[in-house]
Amino acid sequence: MTEKSVIPFQGTPEQEAQLKEVIARYHDQPGGLMPALQEAQGIYGYLPVEVQRMIADGMNVSLSEVFGVATFYSQFSLTPKGKHRISVCLGTACYVKGSDKILEAVEEKLGIKSGECTPDGMFSIDSCRCVGACGLAPVMLVDDDVYGKLKPEQVAAIIDSYTE
Amino acid sequence: MTIEELNKIKAAKADIVKVRTIIAEEGEKLSKVTGYRKQVLVCGGTGCQSSHSMEVLDALNAELAAKGIADEILVVRTGCFGLCSLGPIVIVYPEGTFYAQATPEGIKRIVDEHLIEGKICRDLLYQETVHEDGSIISLSETNFYKKQMRIALRNCGVIDPEDIEEYIATDGYQALYKVLTSMTPDEVCQTVLDSGLRGRGGAGFPTGRKWMFTKDAPGDIKYVACNADEGDPGAFMDRSILEGDPHAVIEAMIIASFAVGSHQGYVYVRAEYPVAVHRLRIALDQARKYGLLGKNILGSGHDFDIEIRLGAGAFVCGEETALLTSIEGHRGEPRPRPPFPAVKGLFGKPTLLNNVETYANIAQIIRNGAEWYSAIGTEKSKGTKVFALGGKITNVGLVEVPMGTTLREIIEEIGGGIPDGKAFKAAQTGGPSGGCIPAEHIDTPIDYESLSALGSMMGSGGLIVMDEDNCMVDVSKFYLNFTADESCGKCTPCRVGTRKLLQLLEKITEGKGEPEDLDKIRDLATHMKLSSLCALGQSAPNPVLSTLQYFGDEYLAHINDKKCPSGVCKSLLQYEIIADKCKGCTLCARKCPVSAISGTVKEPHVIDTGKCIKCGVCISNCKFGAIIRK
Repeated sequence: MTEKSVIPFQGTPEQEAQLKEVIARYHDQPGGLMPALQEAQGIYGYLPVEVQRMIADGMNVSLSEVFGVATFYSQFSLTPKGKHRISVCLGTACYVKGSDKILEAVEEKLGIKSGECTPDGMFSIDSCRCVGACGLAPVMLVDDDVYGKLKPEQVAAIIDSYTE
Repeated sequence: MTIEELNKIKAAKADIVKVRTIIAEEGEKLSKVTGYRKQVLVCGGTGCQSSHSMEVLDALNAELAAKGIADEILVVRTGCFGLCSLGPIVIVYPEGTFYAQATPEGIKRIVDEHLIEGKICRDLLYQETVHEDGSIISLSETNFYKKQMRIALRNCGVIDPEDIEEYIATDGYQALYKVLTSMTPDEVCQTVLDSGLRGRGGAGFPTGRKWMFTKDAPGDIKYVACNADEGDPGAFMDRSILEGDPHAVIEAMIIASFAVGSHQGYVYVRAEYPVAVHRLRIALDQARKYGLLGKNILGSGHDFDIEIRLGAGAFVCGEETALLTSIEGHRGEPRPRPPFPAVKGLFGKPTLLNNVETYANIAQIIRNGAEWYSAIGTEKSKGTKVFALGGKITNVGLVEVPMGTTLREIIEEIGGGIPDGKAFKAAQTGGPSGGCIPAEHIDTPIDYESLSALGSMMGSGGLIVMDEDNCMVDVSKFYLNFTADESCGKCTPCRVGTRKLLQLLEKITEGKGEPEDLDKIRDLATHMKLSSLCALGQSAPNPVLSTLQYFGDEYLAHINDKKCPSGVCKSLLQYEIIADKCKGCTLCARKCPVSAISGTVKEPHVIDTGKCIKCGVCISNCKFGAIIRK
């Protein structure tokens, strides 16, 4: 494993029961590994190796196959995300309107880089490719809230509003 | 469901929906028959939802209930109207009045003044709909809509996408009935071929030919798939169609299943499009409930059902073989072609794969005939194309125009030109696989051939406008960053080539470029084009090659003069305060995030270039134009 999670795995029996139900549902479905991983990430918030192993055993595929799929797609995360997930759109329409500067402002405010999580587990930053709100470029998402037509100097206040 | 039942639903709802397509007196008359005095349409597309249109909708419903007029007024949550930068959009029929950037407070006034007292709230209107003489025009008469021709988008912003009966009211599922009862699979394929429709996802392969290949491929089990993995950043037409008119895609897939002999379909849609997925699910459930999907469709004996598969964020999965591999549950890596999916596709079976916009044209081609469709467009590119206008343009949004419309018409007339009085520099089409079209070619009629001739491509229809402030070297670096990141790694020319190209561009934008780097770029690009496995690698050099062709002087300025003419590439920039103009207001010093500016009140300030991170905050805050970037 190239990526090790810093935070130890803390799955609950309830989560495991949910996962078993998911595995049972997709076990015999052709091409069921992807939807199973998507639902597993919905349960745990990320896909630690422990979860990947349960899926591999349950669906009767090798762990390397599961790991291969989990690392191929950008939506799957092997490390936990912050309580609030910040996502800055770096799609073309946002980029030509200066979204790289928005990302810099977020990184500077939180003291972490894109792809990382703050030590207190409050915020994680990612960049994404086009959320389709190009009319509002440049766009940033905090969880499911969309902030459009942003200026770098507005970023700090938006982030602060989530810590209160 | 029988045709009689289908027609009954159509008759019951047709007038209500028709009010939204005709305006003035006729609409006035018609709305009296419908039982609704007015109809208020609120955009529920992702763009408007992001600007909080659902709060506007809630406020509208609450206010109508409070005023006791909820049963006189029909409220409809529609798909995308197209003018996303003006969201949330609210339209009132039968007048067709166009309220832009609506707010919950504004909507209360619209209820009180417009719906109750009959006085239009002029100050809340989209200003382009108010003439100098004070008269108000409807949205269909604005520059943005006037030149458009809506086929794929015909129902977007018109019907409620979560109500199958509104789709049926606009002739929905009539084409399916026609196909199932009066056409042979060969006739269906021939009609699609004769229409001249070509794939709207990128390469422009004749759709009818694809259908024929799949139909003729030997095998009992065949699949029909829909590519809704709209990965080109800045393109959002497929999302808008799924959000605004999902049944158009479903009906087309059922027609396709009959034509090629398939009983199972898949829609592969980006997980980043939650609203589209939600509406598609509702639409599929409703279609099943109405007997239009599943066993014995419309009593014809034909069986077909559709399953949704979610992508997980991989651009390469827009490539057809990679998409099929992903549906199979593997890493989305492309496979060599041939065999083409029509022969050996999903799970090794013959598979028909078209994209969302392509499907959205099918039912209308069947209903109106191949000649109707092929009469629109240019010699080799028939019909219309949807473009997602983005970047430095006034009317950001979705437009659908006949093939052959010039770039100038799209940008200056429909798009409203470049904001802030800046000069148009280039339009980027085709996303990371396309190229930039410079100002000197702005009068080019757009079709598949003309875009290829200019070194770009149609792609899925993203059209990003750039002005004088955009650096073309930086833009190609942006795209290479994207393709290098999204390369699946299976074949070496793409995996290593994109990385090497990116490194060369980084070197140039950092001011370390040498003249021979341009030869290296051209050489590497040729190898990638010739030897990459799939279109991602083959087309990844296009953004660099096209900017090199049209903006070679910008590359040379970076390499020889170590200057970025557009003032974008940070390593090549210096910020300086002009002492004569500086009033010593201290604003820049207070705003500077790294305290690189010093000086005393009412004295000229100075920038410590060692500390400066070149963020530009000082320039945007200076009220005296005393700070320059050079």
